[in-house]
Amino acid sequence: MAFRARHLLGIEGLGPDEITSVLDLADNYVDLNRQDVKHDTALSGLTQINMFFENSTRTQASFEIAGKRLGADVMNMAVDSSSVKKGETLIDTALTLNAMHPDLLVVRHPHSGAVSLLAQKVNCAVLNAGDGRHEHPTQALLDALTIRRAKGRLHRLTIAICGDIAHSRVARSNIWLLSKMESRVRLVGPPTLMPSDAADWGVEVYGDMAEGLKDADVVMMLRLQKERMDGGFIPSEREYFHRFGLDPAKLAHAKDDAIVMHPGPMNRGVEIDGTIADDINRSVIQDQVEMGVAVRMAAMRLLAENLRADRAEKASLKSVDA
Amino acid sequence: MSALLFRNARLIDPEKGIESLGTLAVRDGVISGPTGMDDAEVVDCDGKCLAPGIVDIGVKVSEPGERHKESFGSAGLAAAAGGITTIVTRPDTLPAIDTPETLEFVRRRANEASPVRVLPMASLTRGRQGREMSEIGFLLDAGAVAFTDCDAFCANTKVFSRCLTYAASLGALVIGHPQEPVLSDGAAATSGKFASLKGLPAVSPMAERMGLDRDLAVVEMTGARYHADQITTARALKRLERAKDAGLDVTAGVSIHHLTLNELDVGDFRTFFKVKPPLRSEQDRLSAVQAVASGLIDIVASMHTPQDEESKRLPFEEAASGAVGLETLLPAMMRLVHAGQITLPGLWRALSLKPSDRLGLDTGRLAPGAPADLVLFDPDAPFVLDRFKLRSKSKNTPFDEARMEGRVLGTWVAGTRVFSA
Repeated sequence: MAFRARHLLGIEGLGPDEITSVLDLADNYVDLNRQDVKHDTALSGLTQINMFFENSTRTQASFEIAGKRLGADVMNMAVDSSSVKKGETLIDTALTLNAMHPDLLVVRHPHSGAVSLLAQKVNCAVLNAGDGRHEHPTQALLDALTIRRAKGRLHRLTIAICGDIAHSRVARSNIWLLSKMESRVRLVGPPTLMPSDAADWGVEVYGDMAEGLKDADVVMMLRLQKERMDGGFIPSEREYFHRFGLDPAKLAHAKDDAIVMHPGPMNRGVEIDGTIADDINRSVIQDQVEMGVAVRMAAMRLLAENLRADRAEKASLKSVDA
Repeated sequence: MSALLFRNARLIDPEKGIESLGTLAVRDGVISGPTGMDDAEVVDCDGKCLAPGIVDIGVKVSEPGERHKESFGSAGLAAAAGGITTIVTRPDTLPAIDTPETLEFVRRRANEASPVRVLPMASLTRGRQGREMSEIGFLLDAGAVAFTDCDAFCANTKVFSRCLTYAASLGALVIGHPQEPVLSDGAAATSGKFASLKGLPAVSPMAERMGLDRDLAVVEMTGARYHADQITTARALKRLERAKDAGLDVTAGVSIHHLTLNELDVGDFRTFFKVKPPLRSEQDRLSAVQAVASGLIDIVASMHTPQDEESKRLPFEEAASGAVGLETLLPAMMRLVHAGQITLPGLWRALSLKPSDRLGLDTGRLAPGAPADLVLFDPDAPFVLDRFKLRSKSKNTPFDEARMEGRVLGTWVAGTRVFSA
């Protein structure tokens, strides 16, 4: 068994073999998901709780479908983080939930490190569905699966990640993953949305789309949050689109067969031109959504196997003691 | 009255800058010289170090307001166990110490409960709000040894300059916390590779230099006596050096945590390593160590800040800042001694002599006539720190389970033993 982790908190702690094992298994689930009967029993009898301290429709739906297709009992808990005293609720909610014996806990939280804190307090497997600006591991895994299926490999590719790098957990997880798989990562964006130390990350940093996209195999666009559009980080939406939005002219600098990705939801006309987003020859944005369900099924199944093995070992130790 | 004779001691004399094997006599709570009387009680030091007790500027005792975090009793016991004979308390309590009446409360409680000396500081502005100045004159009369708004940077330069002008006329010492407040707002870490990969909101180390630049300009304008509580970056050290060269009445301190830890120690979002200002890069840490050794940084302090478990068991951004340090100040500083980065007399200049001088105290030296505030310690004794054995009510130390060297064997305040190992 290549996948050893107890929780999926980030890509940083995974080895290349662990990443590959998730992707290999996810490939199988892509096939399953395309059939009429989409059921597997890998998680049957297990309880999965989706706990989202930050709003998300897409990711939560993806995790819910993934769990249900594997036969888990899935429950969604929307925790409005603004209406409660956050810190207390995080630990207290975790302990409360823990007492209900969940097996898989899927957590999104607005603060970096919060999911890892929570994982220390519970007895089940925890999946990070995004913590602050830190990591969003299943997004990086689904991006990797999408790239691997389109390009046939994950190594020796040139991948340009463009836009709001500074605030993006998707960028961080992708940088970890693609670097571990031995691809070249470029970061492209305005200096106000680029960490000042990005050059120390083992990536190439560009402030110009034409240079950054030159001969790229993959162009990964990031969402620009609405609250960052007006004056604070960039002068205006239209200036941003003019300089950093992906349009056919800028994409022409990439390789002819370069694919275009976006973690969604898209701001058409801000970071990406509508015609590119809809171009079925270039855009794999809908594929990413499909891969998302498969990757989450694979990740949850691998974690559940480790959880069961862990529990079996504990039980056998107990019986030896007795 | 009583007489004591410390025999066979490795005497650490920060005033003369030397250490030597010898004898120290104490009579009536005061150091009397190298020879004692026949009736003296003898303390055989067995070749261990005997130094002036530590004077720790900037200790947070959570009275009034949060006595469950730390009281004068628990802080005093922790200080005694850490070789600290004078704690200089911060006014950032609930309420802030900004009137003679609240200061009187602190003094009364301290005298009742603490085995070591307690000298209170008062806030520079009312409620540490940076709007109206405190009653600096009354507070001086009531015994305030310095004026500080602690980590609340007084952003209104007009208010700040008036406070310093007024303080200067009374000869009062003002302690600043140099951080540009808007730039550092919301920051939980120092900007750099570590903070950005962890996704933590971070502040540029430049914010410290900007804050110090502002304060130094006001000092130049008003002629006030000024001490920067913590200088932790190489950039700000250059400005400090320039101000000292220009003859301004300026000193600076640094916390033990910024001398012995760096930003990477935060690791997997460990909130016990969240302090103010945030831990810095290794280069900045080394610059600060160098500055203590050279005397550019005058004073080393614990910046003791008790926090309960609840305020630390939170996501890193939300968790409270600060670490306890009274009992770990001495052993942690020994790391620098053992690394050959500073000598024992040089270290005690920063721990005892300079803070005493800055506050106009006669402690901090081994000279005849000085109060017999002393610490006997073994600089080499190894141990593993267990945070639950700390005497502080709060256990938020970043040194939990750390291997340390340096144990306090005994502490005396005015010739009276207040701690024995």
